[in-house]
Amino acid sequence: MENSDAAAVAEVRAGDPDAFRVLVERHSRSVFRLAFRMTGNEQDAEDLVQETFLRAYRQLGRFDGRAGFSTWLYRIAANCSLDLIRARKRRQEQQAPVDEEGQEVTIVAVAEAPTPDRLAFSGELQRLIGPALNRLSAMERAAFVLRHYEGMCMEEIAGALGVHTGAAKHSVFRAVQKLRRALEPAVGSAK
Amino acid sequence: MKHLSQEELILEYYGERRNDGIRQHLEACASCRVSFESLARVLNAMNDFEAPEPSTVYGSRVWHQIAPRLGESRQSWWSGFSWWFTPRLAAISAMAALLVVAFLAGRVSQRPREMAGLSGPVRERIMLVAVGEHLERSQMILVELVNNEAKGPVDISGEQRRAEDLISENRLYRQAALKSGDKGISNVLDELERVLLDIAHEPSKLDSAELQQVRERIEAAGILFKIRVVGSNLREREKPPITAKGTKAL
Repeated sequence: MENSDAAAVAEVRAGDPDAFRVLVERHSRSVFRLAFRMTGNEQDAEDLVQETFLRAYRQLGRFDGRAGFSTWLYRIAANCSLDLIRARKRRQEQQAPVDEEGQEVTIVAVAEAPTPDRLAFSGELQRLIGPALNRLSAMERAAFVLRHYEGMCMEEIAGALGVHTGAAKHSVFRAVQKLRRALEPAVGSAK
Repeated sequence: MKHLSQEELILEYYGERRNDGIRQHLEACASCRVSFESLARVLNAMNDFEAPEPSTVYGSRVWHQIAPRLGESRQSWWSGFSWWFTPRLAAISAMAALLVVAFLAGRVSQRPREMAGLSGPVRERIMLVAVGEHLERSQMILVELVNNEAKGPVDISGEQRRAEDLISENRLYRQAALKSGDKGISNVLDELERVLLDIAHEPSKLDSAELQQVRERIEAAGILFKIRVVGSNLREREKPPITAKGTKAL
């Protein structure tokens, strides 16, 4: 796969923009899944897929081939997502206060915590996961999605998000702490 | 016995432990094992958060959506504005009304219920003001950068934050324009979006030569002129129509 990616990249660089189609068709679905988990919104994810490929095409000259094309593409998608989440959070913060720790806060409509008996089914639990992810800061969410769903190690996350490894770890740790606080009562009751 | 930290448990869950002693400790320490199992239950539950599965032709659809934009996107955002200098300006102005009506009809409106009680012309004027303000705020950022003649290093992080804020707003307007079939307006907003994106992705500290390049790109694009023209047209449309008796219609 990576070899044929490299061949397609070489053809695009040689002046054949249609070769980019191979890369788009091959990677769109995985980029969409990443973008959806980053944003939690299908329309945003679709826009991010387009933005990611347009940005990749513009920046193809900077792709040095040290990482695979898909890794490089994921970095772009993650950063596009980060931009979008940050912008969205800023808008929300303009309408509501930050928390006592001064953390980035997402204000979302969260239902009253359901009682344990209402959460006996994993379907019910799923309802809580989206809002719990929305309460993470942009960096926490990005780092967590890359770690948990994309299976990247901390060093790879740091490289993708342009931060030090310590900062990537810290973001994942904080994300997990917040998710535990939000979901543990429900998960505990469903076990 | 020293118990494991949350961070160690998380690294263990993800298989990133640096120390085999952690596994041994978990086997020996009931308290840490309970804590680890609790953590694992939450993280395992996160696997239920599934993304919608795109169809097998999704990649092809994405290609058809972006292919027309590839030719322009390998150029710099400050080039390729020739379409503007065609007699499409009048059409763009006329379609602006359709754009805002589409917004308020609820296609992309964020607050349709609040808007529902307003009359059509009032809603249209509100949206015209909103789009006009969006363009004004975009213009302010560009003007600040163009007029910044500092000789030493310049911190543009403030402008970048404002540009980031405007990007998602701009996307909403652009999507509405696309949905209402107004390619003219969507093209303007598309170009503006790329200008804003480029500003947002510059390094936050620029030396004088880099700042000069940014200024030159903005000026070469002529984007300020275009924003002013569109803004002027929108302001004209914001004015309530004058009735035959000379009173303003509500």
